[in-house]
Amino acid sequence: MANRNPNLLSRYGADTAFMTFVAALMAFLYVPIWVLIAFSFNSSRSLTWPLSGFTFEWYEKLWNNGDLLTAIGNSFYVASGATVLTLIVGVPAALALHKFHFPGKVIFRRMILLPITLPGIVTGISMLNMFRLFGFQLSLETVILGHATALLGVVVTQVFARLQRLPKSLEEAAFDLGAGPWRSFIDITLPNIRSAIIGAGLLSFVLSFDEIPVTFFLTGRDNTLPMYIYSTLRRGVTPEINAVGSIIVLMSLVLIIVSVIATRDRNK
Amino acid sequence: MTLIRRNLAGALILGIPFLWIALFMLLPYGIIVTYSFWIKTYPTFKPAFQFGNYLTLFTDPQYLQVMLRTLKIALLVSLCSFLLAYPFAFYLVFRCKSAALRTWLYMAVIAPLWVSYLLRAYVWKTILGTEGILNSFLMSVGIIDQPSDIFLYNQFAMVVTLTYIFIPFMVMPIYTALEKIPLNLTEASADLGMGPWRSFWHVTLPLSLPGVAAGFTLTFCLSFGDFVAPFLVGGPDGNLMANVIATQFGAALNWPLGSALAIVMLVVVLSIVSMSDRLERKGAAGGF
Repeated sequence: MANRNPNLLSRYGADTAFMTFVAALMAFLYVPIWVLIAFSFNSSRSLTWPLSGFTFEWYEKLWNNGDLLTAIGNSFYVASGATVLTLIVGVPAALALHKFHFPGKVIFRRMILLPITLPGIVTGISMLNMFRLFGFQLSLETVILGHATALLGVVVTQVFARLQRLPKSLEEAAFDLGAGPWRSFIDITLPNIRSAIIGAGLLSFVLSFDEIPVTFFLTGRDNTLPMYIYSTLRRGVTPEINAVGSIIVLMSLVLIIVSVIATRDRNK
Repeated sequence: MTLIRRNLAGALILGIPFLWIALFMLLPYGIIVTYSFWIKTYPTFKPAFQFGNYLTLFTDPQYLQVMLRTLKIALLVSLCSFLLAYPFAFYLVFRCKSAALRTWLYMAVIAPLWVSYLLRAYVWKTILGTEGILNSFLMSVGIIDQPSDIFLYNQFAMVVTLTYIFIPFMVMPIYTALEKIPLNLTEASADLGMGPWRSFWHVTLPLSLPGVAAGFTLTFCLSFGDFVAPFLVGGPDGNLMANVIATQFGAALNWPLGSALAIVMLVVVLSIVSMSDRLERKGAAGGF
């Protein structure tokens, strides 16, 4: 009995230490985001403490900023295009990794997953050189091709992980019942990996929406939203950027909720 | 008939990704490998096969310094992320009693990945700058009486910013690895008289190493190739490799040298990935 007490005490101490640590980490992660939002409503032009007063001025300015609105439109176009393309390539790639054995599979897997760890700048400049060499004009479409390549690994890992968890018996049963490969894919495999595809698609969309390194090299005259912000940052820090940032944070929050709901149904 | 159709489906499933890899990865990499052997002859470049560009990179102190700095920053970022992520993941898996709290905390660390990466770097510029929030806050509470420039435009700022950005990539694999460790293993070691520190050191930590390796790989490679954080918070002598590559393809107009530097980056990333792959496979095979 006697030696239980110090044990309990040290356990309590450890728990407190862990709790403090977790709280500090949360503060590290979230205080900056609150700072961003708080200063988007701050009436002063300079971003200094203490806050000076409440205003919607910076948000109103956004509405009248034509360049910014065009950039947002471009970003939607690029992110949608890149998401569709990367799914068209990534889902078959995940299926191939899951179903087939073929020579060079290890290298195939390594190549497909490479862009996850490969810095975007390498993808960016290598594709830039190829487009230049073959005389392609840089445009939002070249950006889409770049993003689709850079995001391939994200889609493949997510879809592949789901495929691995599917029981093999499902498809075998479909074959036994006389379903061809297409039918068993459409009726059995696809519904089971649907939520993984949606999740991967949403994540690709978000990542493409704020991608910089690849966009930086592959875009022509058009700016995407992050490129627009990036170029205004050259001229210094402004409250308008905080306002755009806060809207982006809000949008991300909505997308996170959508993705949690969309990917939850089939897990149960 | 079905055989043909099956082959057709197989050909499509394999063909599309193969074609994509060949066209948008292998071909472009091949082109920069080729360029990296060319010679710059003002104002353009001349095809050649020589290692002059690589020689320049590894002998000219200007480039050597940038490469070493990049290596140092990437290592520091991985280390800081690890020191923050491991206790956190450990707490979630072994100490947190409430399943709901665990889910929320895990989500809270992953969620910033969905928030623009540029904004997460930018916000540190506004916090750390001389006219920034940290300085004005410290002045308003009287800790300092004039703005200090020690926070921004240096390597400290870069490490803080990049750690902030990439920490989710360290938490995810470590969490997954810790979650896989059966509870009865630590219980067994406790029964055998090992204290919590010793069971951690001899049981939990070794079993979680594959996750740590995966986390290091991701954070190292991502910060190694970053050029946005250096641009925003790095200051005049905070250039990293990616910034130098960008300059070679822009103002400096030396594609061969820029290509060589990109190839160095590619090789570093590839070797780290294959090292960590080997470690993970060893962990998977030797685990039990």
